[in-house]
Amino acid sequence: MSISRRKFLGWLGAAGLGATVGQKAARAASNKHFDGYPESNGVLFDNTRCIGCRKCEEGCNKVNELPEPDRPFSDLSQLDTKRRTTAKAYTVVNRYDDTGGGKGPLYLKIQCNHCLEPACASVCFVSAFKKTATGAVTYDASVCVGCRYCMIACPFEIPAYQYDNAFSPKVMKCTMCFPRISKGLLPGCVEACPTEALTYGKRGDLLRIGRERIRKFPDRYVDHIYGENEMGGTSWLYLSQVPFKEVGLREDLGVTPAPALTSGALSVVPMVVGLWPVLLGGVYAINKRKEKIEQQEKAQAVAAAVEATEAEAKAKMKEALEFQEKQKEKAIAKAVSQALEEAAKAAEEKVSETPAEDADKKSSKEDS
Amino acid sequence: MSDEVTTTGKSYLTPFNIIAGIIIIIGLYVTVLRFTKGLGAVTNLSDYNPWGIWIGFDLLVGVALAAGGFVTSSAVYIFGMKKYHSAVRPAILTGFLGYAMVVVALNYDVGRPWRLPYPFIIQRGTTSLLFEVAACVALYLSVLFLEFSPAALEWLGLKKLRNILMKLTLLLTIFGVVLSTLHQSSLGALFLIAPSKLHPLWYSPYIAVFFFVSAVIAGLSMVIFESTLSHRYFADKMDEAHLKEKDDIALGFGKAAALVLAGYFIIKVIGISEGNNWHLLGTPYGIWFLVELIGFVALPCFFYAIGVREKNLKIIKWTAAWTVLGIIVNRLNVGLVAFNWHLPSSERYFPHWMEIAISVFLVTVLLLIFRFICTRMPIMYSHPDYPEEH
Repeated sequence: MSISRRKFLGWLGAAGLGATVGQKAARAASNKHFDGYPESNGVLFDNTRCIGCRKCEEGCNKVNELPEPDRPFSDLSQLDTKRRTTAKAYTVVNRYDDTGGGKGPLYLKIQCNHCLEPACASVCFVSAFKKTATGAVTYDASVCVGCRYCMIACPFEIPAYQYDNAFSPKVMKCTMCFPRISKGLLPGCVEACPTEALTYGKRGDLLRIGRERIRKFPDRYVDHIYGENEMGGTSWLYLSQVPFKEVGLREDLGVTPAPALTSGALSVVPMVVGLWPVLLGGVYAINKRKEKIEQQEKAQAVAAAVEATEAEAKAKMKEALEFQEKQKEKAIAKAVSQALEEAAKAAEEKVSETPAEDADKKSSKEDS
Repeated sequence: MSDEVTTTGKSYLTPFNIIAGIIIIIGLYVTVLRFTKGLGAVTNLSDYNPWGIWIGFDLLVGVALAAGGFVTSSAVYIFGMKKYHSAVRPAILTGFLGYAMVVVALNYDVGRPWRLPYPFIIQRGTTSLLFEVAACVALYLSVLFLEFSPAALEWLGLKKLRNILMKLTLLLTIFGVVLSTLHQSSLGALFLIAPSKLHPLWYSPYIAVFFFVSAVIAGLSMVIFESTLSHRYFADKMDEAHLKEKDDIALGFGKAAALVLAGYFIIKVIGISEGNNWHLLGTPYGIWFLVELIGFVALPCFFYAIGVREKNLKIIKWTAAWTVLGIIVNRLNVGLVAFNWHLPSSERYFPHWMEIAISVFLVTVLLLIFRFICTRMPIMYSHPDYPEEH
């Protein structure tokens, strides 16, 4: 290989460090709390003032140069159906009919809430979303891959996608009119609102205004500013005459900022990268060693077995030899005693019977 | 299935090839539509449902079922279970093709596929779990390619390069396990960001662990399942070692799967407990959750154990197929069924037939490539020039 191991490890280290230190890391378990950029802006929506005229939708459409709607903005029958933000509408107004208590129809305008710590920005793998110091959460279409994870992540279900655009589809969502507010202008919807249901200003001021209204008219408002703490706080704030869930705002989102939901899982990554090779290398080494020992033991056992068999064979051989020797001796002794016996017999015969048989005598001598 | 490619001159018009051909023609037609008219023309995706089956099935299921590669190679090369050596190459090949299919499928799903390298070369979003998934999948695909390449190099007769790659085996295996741990779990962790959208029975702070552990189960079961199918269709391609080790592999992997399933069952119950979601078990979603937990986790765990105890390969093979189905059910539950459960049914997602067509098309292409490779390269047998080294 042309790259040295040192170099390779160096690269690995750099990549790891880059991934862990390169960005502002979200920390779930720390005492750091982000209150939003100081002096950042927001909008306060007050549904006791909203008359459902849809002028805000029209204003938004115009300043953001969005496509013509299917039905004109003056057509209030549009409010009969519940709508959400789409690729053609950054903001929509929904009507909530008399919810009991004779409060009449109420309206709620939805659009991007510009979270202080946005879920969309946290999950975007090309960092296309940014929480700017102005308060606006902006989107950079020039880097967007179109994975749509932002839409999965957004607890308010705001970002929409240009599904019908084959070659340059974009995520579409309210930008708090970032180009306009940067120039000191009002967002399109706020400017268009005839009843001051929308108030643009510093988020801190808006919270004070909201509390003041609730204090002054406790009968008119629910004692809560939606967005003050939801999902860690949003730049868009809501006052309502009825509980927020009755006008389509979820009350079960909690106050945990989105990045805290994933920071734990992300924090495990470097640990796995650091420790897994050690663990797996260790398991490998243990197995390798076990195998080696096994082989050694096997070799030893074989050697011992061979030795034992050899010794046994030797002993057997010795025994056999001895046995053979004894047999031989026995045979000799037997033969000798037999010969002697025969000789003795022959002598006796010679003495008792006729001494004339010379031939017999000769042969018996030869036999012995 | 395999004979017509091995014997040249024979007709290609087998029922399998005809059906595959039709699927491919439809797939190509939908592909052209997708890339000329946009996602809207071929999918039922909406602003509420930005992820459909191309994520729920192709990505989540595809990656889980491709886990056999890292499970088998780590068992053999790291944990020293050399008697399963003959399972490594088929598992690596499946893994490699599976991941390749996932990446191809992502090209269909994302809005601007030509920008897929952007997270690495233009602007990194490291606070995103999707960044981790993307990085690990890209790296692991490369690792799998390197792990697979010795087979191709043996086929091509490039000995030197092949021997260099064989020396990297341990390093690649360890790297592969690290990457698999990270992205298998991160696919689950993708959903951590949406506690308000995923049903509480499936949403859990442990979801990353659930995904990793169930991926191990998927890997083990896929090896058994696949070896059953391979034995059926590629028996003539298998050498003695493969045929001899085949039953051992089913028994060994079945035993491992029974154990891991037992562990998975326990941590899933701990998951219910952690969220104190017991009261939800009586709801329709709860019953469906129980079907998954009892029917596709506890039951296969039990049958794997029985199969191993009785040395009954038939039970083990059927259980493997059932477990694979269970993994599919789980991933679709998290990605589609239990996701957006709070929305009215009119806003829920059901795939367009063309989305299904693309998924079927990609799986078919994967099978064809698998067959092409298995009938040519030393996957299910050892190359005569390189007798198994152990």
